[in-house]
Amino acid sequence: MLDQLLAALNATERAAVDEEEYNILQAIVEELPAFPAEVSQLLPILQSIQKKHGYLPRLALNMVASHVRTTIAKVYGIATFYNQFRFNPPGRNPIKVCLGTACHVKGGEILLENFERRLEIKEGETSADREYSLERVACIGCCALAPAVVVGEKVEAYVTPSKVEGIITEIEVRKEMAAREQVKNDAANE
Amino acid sequence: MSDNLVTITVDEQKITAPAGAFLLPVCLENDIYIPHLCFLEGMDDPPASCRLCLVEIAGESGPVASCRYRVREGLEVKTNSDEILRLRQLAFRLLVSTNDGSCRTCIANHSCDLQKIAKYLHQPLKTKRLRHIDRDYPALIDNHPFLVYEPKKCVLCGRCVYVCGQLEKGYKLDFAQRGMDSIVSLFGSELDPASLECETCLACAGVCPVGAMSSKKKWRSFIAELGLN
Repeated sequence: MLDQLLAALNATERAAVDEEEYNILQAIVEELPAFPAEVSQLLPILQSIQKKHGYLPRLALNMVASHVRTTIAKVYGIATFYNQFRFNPPGRNPIKVCLGTACHVKGGEILLENFERRLEIKEGETSADREYSLERVACIGCCALAPAVVVGEKVEAYVTPSKVEGIITEIEVRKEMAAREQVKNDAANE
Repeated sequence: MSDNLVTITVDEQKITAPAGAFLLPVCLENDIYIPHLCFLEGMDDPPASCRLCLVEIAGESGPVASCRYRVREGLEVKTNSDEILRLRQLAFRLLVSTNDGSCRTCIANHSCDLQKIAKYLHQPLKTKRLRHIDRDYPALIDNHPFLVYEPKKCVLCGRCVYVCGQLEKGYKLDFAQRGMDSIVSLFGSELDPASLECETCLACAGVCPVGAMSSKKKWRSFIAELGLN
C-alpha cells in the first residue's frame, strides 16, 4: 500500500519523504489493522498515530482514509478542524505560546508574531533544521504568569517581545556549549 | 398533492404552494426573488449559512431564513422591508469583506451570483464599511486533475461539498480548517485514483455560485483568452 502511494507522488514530493518519514509510514501500515475499519474510529486512529509518532504525516491521512473506507478530503477536513493535530514533525525545542484568555489579553498574540518572525516559521510549523517548532496553546494553567510561553518543558513567565530574542539565544548558547563539550569529550577519549 | 395545497401571502401577493415545502423555492417559482447563495433545489437540510434569504413572517419573533422555513396555511411573509434589506446588506458585506472581488479577470464575470446579489442589494463588491481580511491562501489551488479552486473567490457556501456528498462515492472535497481559515479542500485528490471519475461529473463546478470552483479545461481556455485580449 505504501509503495503504491509513493509511486503516485511526483518526483519532488517523493524526494521530500525522507527515511525517517518512510519508517513512520511503514509502522503505521502495521498499526492500522488493529483498529476496526469504521469511520467512527477516525479520531482514535489519528490520535494514536500522533501520540506514537509525534505528528500526522501527509500520506498517513491517505492510509487512514482507505482503512476506514472514507475519502481523503473527509479525513483531512476532520484532522485540520482540531487544534491537537499537527502535520509537521515536532522540533527539538517545541515553543508553545499560550493564548488562553489571560495571556491573550496580556499580548500573547504579539509574542506569537514575534516568534514567527524570529524563527521564520508560522504557527504549527517546524523550522527546516528541526530545531524549533511553534504552536499556540489554549491556557497552560499559569494565568498569574501571563503572558506565558512554554519552551520544551520550561515555563517562561511575563514574556515580553524583547525577551523573545533572549529565549532563542539561550537555547542556541546551550546547544553550542553541548557541542563543545562533545568535541572535548571526543578529544579526551582519543 | 392537490389536496394539501396551502395559500400563503408573500408581499401582498397570494401564492398556492404544497404544504411543507421550503419557502425560498416557492417564492422563486412565483417570480419573487430572494437572494441566496448556499441553498440548492432538492436539499433536505439546507445549511442556512449565507443569511441572505432572511424574511419577516407574521407571528415569528425575529427574521427567519426562508430556505429552511416550511410553508403552511395562512403564512404572511414580507421579503422586502427596510429592516430585512439592512440585515441582508450586512450579511453581504460580511461575505465580501473576505472576498477578492477581481471581477474582470474572473471566469464567472457576468454569470456570478455575488454580482447579481450586489446589484439587488445596492452594495458594492468591495465594501469600505468593514475591514477587508485577506485570507492567507494561495490564489489558485490546482492539485486536482480536472478542477481548479480559487480560495479567495470562495464564499464557502458549501454547495460543492453538498453535491459531491450526494454522489455514491462522494466527498472528494470537503471543508477543512475552521473559523476564518475555513476552506474547501481537494486535499489528496492528486493521489486518489477516484479523482479520475471527476472528469465526467464536475457537478461541484456547476453549482458554484461564484467563480471559485471551475473545470480545469474551461479555466485554462479562459486564461488563454484573457492573455490574448
